[in-house]
Amino acid sequence: MQSKNNKMAYDKFTVLRSTGVPLPIENIDTDQIIPARFLKATERVGFGDSLFRDWRYNADNTPKKDFVLNNPTYSGKILVGGKNFGSGSSREHAAWAVYDYGFRCVVSSFFADIFKNNCLNIGVLPVQVSAEFADKIFAAIIADPKTELEINLPAQTITIISTGEKETFDISHYKKDNMINGFDDIDYLQSIKTEIQEFAENLPL
Amino acid sequence: MSKTLFDKVWDTHVVRKIEGGPDVLFIDRHLIHEVTSPVAFLGLKSRGIKVLYPERTFATADHNTPTINQHLPVADPLSANQLQALETNSNEYGISYWGLGHQKNGIVHVVGPEYGITQPGATIVCGDSHTSTHGAFGAIAFGIGTSEVEMVLATQCIMQPKPKKMRINVNGKLGLGVTPKDVALYIISKLTTSGATGYFVEYAGDVFENMSMEGRMTVCNLSIEMGARGGMIAPDETTINYVKGREFSPKGEAWDKALAYYKTLKTDADAVFDKELTFKAADIEPMITYGTNPGMGMGISQDIPDAAHVEGGAATYEKSLGYMGFHEGDSMIGKQVDFVFVGSCTNGRIEDFRAFTSLVKGKHKADNVTAWLVPGSHIVEAQIKEEGLLDILTEAGFTLRQPGCSACLAMNDDKVPAGKYAVSTSNRNFEGRQGPGARTMLASPLVAAAAAVTGVVTDPRTLIEVEELV
Repeated sequence: MQSKNNKMAYDKFTVLRSTGVPLPIENIDTDQIIPARFLKATERVGFGDSLFRDWRYNADNTPKKDFVLNNPTYSGKILVGGKNFGSGSSREHAAWAVYDYGFRCVVSSFFADIFKNNCLNIGVLPVQVSAEFADKIFAAIIADPKTELEINLPAQTITIISTGEKETFDISHYKKDNMINGFDDIDYLQSIKTEIQEFAENLPL
Repeated sequence: MSKTLFDKVWDTHVVRKIEGGPDVLFIDRHLIHEVTSPVAFLGLKSRGIKVLYPERTFATADHNTPTINQHLPVADPLSANQLQALETNSNEYGISYWGLGHQKNGIVHVVGPEYGITQPGATIVCGDSHTSTHGAFGAIAFGIGTSEVEMVLATQCIMQPKPKKMRINVNGKLGLGVTPKDVALYIISKLTTSGATGYFVEYAGDVFENMSMEGRMTVCNLSIEMGARGGMIAPDETTINYVKGREFSPKGEAWDKALAYYKTLKTDADAVFDKELTFKAADIEPMITYGTNPGMGMGISQDIPDAAHVEGGAATYEKSLGYMGFHEGDSMIGKQVDFVFVGSCTNGRIEDFRAFTSLVKGKHKADNVTAWLVPGSHIVEAQIKEEGLLDILTEAGFTLRQPGCSACLAMNDDKVPAGKYAVSTSNRNFEGRQGPGARTMLASPLVAAAAAVTGVVTDPRTLIEVEELV
């Protein structure tokens, strides 16, 4: 289904095994993920420095010691957030900041719509789990920060390695295929351009 | 098969359905601004592709612009660079560009409707979540990310799964001092900030039928604040009278054709929604938010609820009240107010300034309040002057700034200082939204006016003469 002259839009995603960073706060909005004053760049570089800026740094840019990203106990490529992660603004900068910081996957029991879509478009995998499973992940990481999670995209499973507990997650066949192969939507849309142009001839407006 | 309004507009624009995946949706109108478009243009350049239909895209600068001295060069080099990028990219790709100083410049969701870019039954996107505003016309309008901005520039399509459908009915007569903003904040307080995630909303009932287009835009604008991609209201005579004759509205034969299409745009009697909710107009009073998301709102005469009566975790609730410096059981009446902001794509239209002015008329701005009155566009600014509102505002100690998004997201210098309280007619009370550490209480222009003249949170109904019903 993809166009032939595909250049890879982002790194391919298949299986990711990593420790996780817990952020068990609900309704984390995109203004927290990256405040508006850091949206002035015209290139997609350096947004990771501003990830959770106002939770992470004091006004004088010194790190806030009690924030999880400043706590060396926790690290990894998986961010585990509270319910309704990524609400608010459509700024893709929020997803870029998550990616640029080094996360490849965000786990939550519920995602805001646009943020989830933005993640899928740039190669960050949003994994929606049940509220019970999210609680288990938080408990496991807090009990032992070295706890690893395994995200298996082809199998659509997330596993807590230490306990073996596993849950499946949803993703559309199309998006899954894109992420595994590193394709993006423009590759696909470019390949059906003639069909789009014919369609445009017969619109009511 | 019976269809909803949403089905009709969506299905009309589906180029192709992908099995086990999204629909390819054709986009009629694409609005861009300086913040979410530069990286999309970089993407086009690196792929070596052109804009497929430049005449369907419109650019305005709004998020990052100053609201005073717009004739001077923009002082912040990063902002200036971003504004320059929008101009350069628009010119390079043949896109209509309404930059700072241009007569048509203004907030993207205010100028789109004013110039007739927004049409009933159209699909409209913009790299801004409040694109839902345009749903007031019976359009499918929603915010997109920058990757999708690039997609639309390149192919005039995006790829989205069709959302579920929700209808929200509000019937009856709104009480004294209750505005469209209060209706929206009331609904969001009932649904919570994620209650409509995954849905596209249709607003129905006589409360919306009786609203002006400005009021409908305020309601649809806030759809995203309950998680919905967008909200829409079926077009009627009010809609058609607003749209007709505007610069980019269809003309002549094209108008007749468009009108025939507009008249098909209503939900069939037996169409089914995935979810349907009904509220009574009489239950809604002027609203104000007390927390750090728009779902944390309440009637202005009530007390801040206990964590036990609020959905979600107590820890998150306490964090939120702690940020605001409020406590469970507090009354909002009499709370400290340092700043008042009237403006934004939510409440930056002429009707909002009429409401604000009606209440401050003959009174004076409280000394402890800094007030920022920011029209959504030059048309709104001109109307404020022509209707004599500016004279009344000046008399009451207020000044008018120049159009832009301003303190709604505080990308420019219009920032509320840390710890200070703002009554704001905008759309988000997130931590730091109006400046690092700023504390925002969302409310209507009437509640903002009552705060501006009394210097504390005040129920506007105590200041409204009954014959001045808004």
